[in-house]
Amino acid sequence: MLHIKCPHCGMRSQNEFSYGGDASVKRPQLGSEVSDQDWDNFVYNRKSLRGKHWELWQHLFGCRQWIKVERDTATHEIFNTLKANEEIS
Amino acid sequence: MSQDFRLKNGGLIDRDKKISFKFNGKKYFGYEGDTLASALLANGVHLVGRSFKYHRPRGFFGAGVDEPYAIIQLYRNGETEPNIKATEQELFEGLEAKSVNCWPNVNFDVGAINNFLKIFLPAGFYYKTFMWPKSFWYKIYEPFIRKAAGLGTASIKHDKERYEHKYEYCDLLVTGSGPSGLASAYAAAKNGANVILAEDKSRFGGTLLTSDVNIGNQTGKEWADGIISELKEMPNVTIKNRSQVFGYYDHNMLVMSERTSDHLPKTKKFHPKQRLWYIRAKEVLISSGSIERPIVFGNNDTPGVMLSSAAKEYMRVYGVLVGKNPLIFTNNDSGYETAIEFKKNNVDSIILDTRKNPKSEIIDEAKNLGIDIKYSYVVVAAQGYKKVKSADIAKISEDKEELGKIENIKCDCICVSGFWTPTIHLASQSGNKTQFNKDIDAFVPGSAKQNEKTLGAANGVFTLDETLRSSFETGHELSKKITNNDNKVSFPNVIEKKSTTHDKFWCVPLPKGKNYKRFLDFQNDVAVSDIEIALKEGYRSIEHVKRYTTLGMATDQGKTSNLNGLQLVSKIENKVVPAVGHTTFRPPYSPVSIGAIVGREVGKHSKPTRKSPMHLWHEKNNAVFVDAGVWLRPRYYKRGNENLFEAAKREAKNVRTNVGVCDVTTLGKIDIKGPDAAELLNRVYTNAWLKLPIGKARYGVMLREDGIVMDDGTTTRISENHYHMTTTTAQAANVLSHLEYYLQLVWPELNVNVVSTTEQWAGAAIAGPKSRDLLQKLFPSLDVSNDGLPFMGYMEGDLFGVKARIFRISFSGELAYEVNVESDNGNFMWEKIIELGEEFKIQPYGTEALSTLRIEMGHVAGSELDGRTIPYDNSLEGLLSKKKDFIGKRSLSRKAFTADDRQKVVGVVPLDKKTSIPEGSHLVKDSNAPLPNPKLGYISASCWSVEHDNPFSLAILKDGKNMIGQKLFVMSPLKNKIIPVEIVSSHYVDPKGERVRS
Ligand SMILES: [Zn+2]
Repeated sequence: MLHIKCPHCGMRSQNEFSYGGDASVKRPQLGSEVSDQDWDNFVYNRKSLRGKHWELWQHLFGCRQWIKVERDTATHEIFNTLKANEEIS
Repeated sequence: MSQDFRLKNGGLIDRDKKISFKFNGKKYFGYEGDTLASALLANGVHLVGRSFKYHRPRGFFGAGVDEPYAIIQLYRNGETEPNIKATEQELFEGLEAKSVNCWPNVNFDVGAINNFLKIFLPAGFYYKTFMWPKSFWYKIYEPFIRKAAGLGTASIKHDKERYEHKYEYCDLLVTGSGPSGLASAYAAAKNGANVILAEDKSRFGGTLLTSDVNIGNQTGKEWADGIISELKEMPNVTIKNRSQVFGYYDHNMLVMSERTSDHLPKTKKFHPKQRLWYIRAKEVLISSGSIERPIVFGNNDTPGVMLSSAAKEYMRVYGVLVGKNPLIFTNNDSGYETAIEFKKNNVDSIILDTRKNPKSEIIDEAKNLGIDIKYSYVVVAAQGYKKVKSADIAKISEDKEELGKIENIKCDCICVSGFWTPTIHLASQSGNKTQFNKDIDAFVPGSAKQNEKTLGAANGVFTLDETLRSSFETGHELSKKITNNDNKVSFPNVIEKKSTTHDKFWCVPLPKGKNYKRFLDFQNDVAVSDIEIALKEGYRSIEHVKRYTTLGMATDQGKTSNLNGLQLVSKIENKVVPAVGHTTFRPPYSPVSIGAIVGREVGKHSKPTRKSPMHLWHEKNNAVFVDAGVWLRPRYYKRGNENLFEAAKREAKNVRTNVGVCDVTTLGKIDIKGPDAAELLNRVYTNAWLKLPIGKARYGVMLREDGIVMDDGTTTRISENHYHMTTTTAQAANVLSHLEYYLQLVWPELNVNVVSTTEQWAGAAIAGPKSRDLLQKLFPSLDVSNDGLPFMGYMEGDLFGVKARIFRISFSGELAYEVNVESDNGNFMWEKIIELGEEFKIQPYGTEALSTLRIEMGHVAGSELDGRTIPYDNSLEGLLSKKKDFIGKRSLSRKAFTADDRQKVVGVVPLDKKTSIPEGSHLVKDSNAPLPNPKLGYISASCWSVEHDNPFSLAILKDGKNMIGQKLFVMSPLKNKIIPVEIVSSHYVDPKGERVRS
């Protein structure tokens, strides 16, 4: 079970969180023209990287905040966590 | 029966406490502190079961967790448990145990014929033997395997025992209380660290209990006892015996099973049988020691052949002789220690040493005691069927290829030592890159992936002095890193006998003309010949060889077999062992009961049960409940001998003719506040929300980004910047997370707050033509006329002193209202509604009537909004705004979603107006078409229409819009039904929706 540092609450066990997928995906602006390909990329296409990866988690049974977690998908090592409003550098 | 093999003195058992027990129906005696194994051995019982594949007689091979085959079925306090190691099961008064893998009994076993048919059970026998002919599988092979295989029988009764889970955090977790565990735990604890020390056995001390050493002028055991009693007094230390750390998971999470009650005749009141600990440790010190390796020789599985360390442990800990005429077969000095122990107990043994001319303090001691030692000698084969009676021995050439003349010598046990294998299971599980240590012919931990360190014998360090020194040091260093303290404990003076190097010999060659079975894996009956066949057949990867031959599998996980198996593969393949590599060690290290893993999450505890504030009233009024997510909801209220069908019909009919009341507390409710609340709703729902007036409700549908309907419900504008959203019962939690996702990550600029208020409000739906009259009685001072409170209107009122919210919304298609009060007043509201509704013939109705009402009205719900349908499919396309963008809108222009013959919800009526239609059935054009019959759609929900008094269903049907009036067939192979049906509009009742506006 992973041990995740919630930027709001501190170190918590994985079973307090729910997984939210790739954090680098940006939703197209509402009302903007979006090509089929761009929309497919937003909704469906994911890289499923092996290695370092920014992903979203929600601290569901805690502060309910969505957070960004930099994790190695192969080793499960967690390098960094950010608040929802902090940009991935 | 007398304990013929019990020593007069010695051991750590309590000879004042005699215990009676039964094995295979026969009564025996032992002492408190015995294991089932030691007590049986004290009584001279060596035959404990039959082997897995060949049903060969099985005895005891080890003295603890290393035991591969003394597995029994245990009977305790009216319950039975399979797969228990006799070497681990502590004796208690009244214990009963039986052998497994034997039929009809352990002494005469029909399956032993497999032993003579072993030519048919070679490596990969699962894959070969039972393949042909195919027709034999169900009737002959499978029943045979089920009867013959397995390590006991699981009980099919409900387990009445209680199991607990515990979560713990510590600075240092130390796994094992041998010398390295004690020293490191002690050093760390004295330096202020929070320490958990876990010991698998009932006694602390590990090898200190069985070895002749001197630490600080004390025996090993005295020193261990002193450390343990000091640790027990320290508030920063938790010490647990009978507790095995069996799994090492990510981020230094380890799981330990504590056998709190298995050593007692029955579990004490309010105590768990077992407790599972989830331990998050900053640092882990693996001090799990090592397991002695067997040497492979002919018939080395005969009862009476065992590890020399086990023989020594039975003497020193249990005061039991495993034999009175022992033969010791060793390639290192450990066998000598066992021989010396025998000699101290006045038993003469013969040592066969594979080495030519070894010299050490221990060997000198054995010589001085007059023990008979034969150098360059090996055991070729054990003789005897159910028990060792003699051994064929021979001199072996220097290159270890040629055997001399075979001699037969009498003996009643053969104690084997092929040197030591570090127990690296936990380190390997943690992701440690283990490496091969040529000096000890075994793998040891290498570079760590997580915060762990392996100490002592588990790290390949076999001298006490070095073990203690490095363990004290490591315990100190790691604790210093955490606590910043620098309190050192003094290092005791250690005296131990020096040993010399071992011989790398591990397998005795077969003598000419003999074809003895030489076993590698005792639990899975894997012999040298099986591996040879597997390699001959082309298996190369050690992982494949493992699966094909079952070497190192099952509960044993290769504890005694792993390295000899690797030695063999590397010899045949002419590779070095590290190049062959070892298979993955998987948790659990040793079996853990399913009960412990499940813990308290059984029956009603497997998920929370949520009840509405009106629950007691429902109970008192004969409600029959149904699980709706985690909620319990009344399904119907039983009157007399009514069944579900009759009750639901009565309740639904009463809504259509008079008035009914339904508990709708379970609906999800979300409070939405902030200046941008309307903007959020406008983006989340598919229809327009910016112009909803205060005091009005609106129905809305929300999509996922892929265009699939996520949920529906009504949202009401309570005041300028305050909205009350309702969701379906099932989706309440997901919708809240969905809103939070967009507010926190996508549109943080929106100034809105959302919070769940599902539990804060109790809700009652009042539905039926007389509902307005009832509402007027409930709120006499309000104008609830069609003008005062029109359809989709909202007002606040005073319900006899209780603040209430009144929504004019309808799920049943009738004139209807929903009243919400704070949860504490829910029951008051409910009883008032029932009391004042009496004159209007009110009846409560449950979810079954609720479904009937919505289905015949054609209102889509969870069974249509099933995560596969878009708004069009549900005839909700009228709610799609063309003027604005919303979540998921772009996906709706996908080709498949705009296809001309896109599926759509329709109504389905059986032609005979009698046969009810099973939900989930398929719709086809031709019931006689060859399979696979093209499916046109499926039945999503069925009811008995109370308005038309015939069956009615909703279906999602391909090209639904053009299918009205068509005749199709409903097919349900599960219910064996073919029903001719007509497709009708999904709005079977009041298609214009006049009633809700009346
Ligand atoms: Zn948090």
